Amino acid sequence: MGPFAPLLAYSEGIEMKILVGYKRVVDYNVRIQVKPDGTGVVTEGVKLSANPFDDIALEEALRLREKGMAQEVVVVGIGPNDLTAHLRNGLAMGANRAIHVVTTDTVQPLTAARVFLKLAEKEQPGLIILGKQAIDDDANQTGQMLAALWDRPQATFASKVEISNGTATVTREVDAGLEVIETELPAVITSDLRLNEPRFIKLPDIMKAKSKPIDIIEFASLGVNAHDQLKTTHYATPPKRSKGVMVKDAAELVATLKQKGLL
Amino acid sequence: MSKILVLAEHLDGKLNSSTARAVSAAISVKPNTIDVLVLGNEVAAVAATAAQIEGVGRVLTIARAENTHPLAAVLAPQIAKAAEGYSHVFVPSTTFGKDIAPRVAALLGVAQVSDVMSVESSHVFKRPIYAGNAIVTVEADPQYTVVATIRTASWPAAAGTSVSPAPVEALSVDAHLPSHTRFIELRQGKSDRPDLQSANKVVSGGRGVGSRENFEIIYRLADKMGAAVGASRAAVDAGYVPNELQVGQTGKIIAPELYMAIGISGAIQHLTGIKDAGTIVAINKDSEAPIFEIADIGLVGDLFKLIPELEQHLG
Repeated sequence: MGPFAPLLAYSEGIEMKILVGYKRVVDYNVRIQVKPDGTGVVTEGVKLSANPFDDIALEEALRLREKGMAQEVVVVGIGPNDLTAHLRNGLAMGANRAIHVVTTDTVQPLTAARVFLKLAEKEQPGLIILGKQAIDDDANQTGQMLAALWDRPQATFASKVEISNGTATVTREVDAGLEVIETELPAVITSDLRLNEPRFIKLPDIMKAKSKPIDIIEFASLGVNAHDQLKTTHYATPPKRSKGVMVKDAAELVATLKQKGLL
Repeated sequence: MSKILVLAEHLDGKLNSSTARAVSAAISVKPNTIDVLVLGNEVAAVAATAAQIEGVGRVLTIARAENTHPLAAVLAPQIAKAAEGYSHVFVPSTTFGKDIAPRVAALLGVAQVSDVMSVESSHVFKRPIYAGNAIVTVEADPQYTVVATIRTASWPAAAGTSVSPAPVEALSVDAHLPSHTRFIELRQGKSDRPDLQSANKVVSGGRGVGSRENFEIIYRLADKMGAAVGASRAAVDAGYVPNELQVGQTGKIIAPELYMAIGISGAIQHLTGIKDAGTIVAINKDSEAPIFEIADIGLVGDLFKLIPELEQHLG
């Protein structure tokens, strides 16, 4: 594949495809419990939802399509057979189609990035938008790793994305404030919280999503090196902070802080 | 027989204290060597500061015009080359490090350990997942270079007062640098207040503060206490304060001696950003707010009445 060949097409805003990573995670409202034997966290009977950052990524892709900057939005999930139902939510939100890479193994970020690289080579997207991190493993790696393997630009922690003339101008949330960078396309963007507010799925869209295509790809057929270099050997509950005291007014608060030498 | 390369973070000619925290983590691996790598355009001042950090063997510099701004796509190939011969590459887990480190890891074909909070041995680390609600022990395969980001709030800054500074050596690496990514600007909040990430005291406001105008009382209290100002996600989303003040899972993870949470209910995503604080004070009108579950000192009441009273008692 020649990464530079399709540039003209992007600049004219035609035929651009956007791939979106759409991971299923334990819902952000769930207070996670570590199994007593330290082998994992309890996920049985726990509510699962789209990774919030991935909903934001998908929303951004849909808005770009609605502005005529892209024609097709494809949501990608990697996981077991029952992930299909989750991908249907992405389709109901508005994606044109879905790709389901089927595996029952846990997928580490480097492996996920390698899967996305294979899909990028096949699909030739102009943009890949991923969440900046998944709220289960909090790794914050896949987008950056994919950009490296794909040898393309990355714009992480995006809070604003503008596409024109084959480039993306991205505002990034960084520790010092807001950084603006410009990248050529194709590129990888990872979404931060304030990029947008994802739309709610409406009932008719759920019906419509039933007829949208989901490509099923067996993980093994991609020829991805899935050797895990990291092993998680133990899960633990974090140490609890000891129960504090209540004070009755501002005077007592100041006195207590002074006593502790904090003021 | 570990050899650790620590990536220096700097801005406007100043070394960020996150670098000395990453050095602390490196020291706890008990390696043979800790070298610090500085990439930039003008690197002398930053390199000289890095050379004074206790435990640092050498400071390596790559000075190029392309390195003026920290673009991951530009820096990563150079770091990957510089990493040859090292067993570990440690990078601060700040937005700078989180952006760059995975790109370096992928170029090296290795996995990354994110947010290292403790070092158990040269290849075994602890890190938080699920917004810090579980801590996992992770074992890295010793055949591969360990690329890790260091959770800065878990590590004290290694002392920066070495009497015999480490030698500074210019490094030249043969790496192809892409031109597909360009820096446009950095919009920094101008502030004379202490830096949120490294301040001893932090006063944070949440949705309860109610508006951008009302947030002035948070700033005023912070100034009176010599504290940095932080905020919950809700306050940032509502536009009361800029994004760089956000504390929590997806904002800054901080460990001040004193943290005052005012009008912050205490979503788990916020709590994960302050768990390592020395003393947490919560002021909230809702006595059932989850923030009181982890606060060392709680005060239930109306912040608009209590803050002026606090100021009065502070004298």
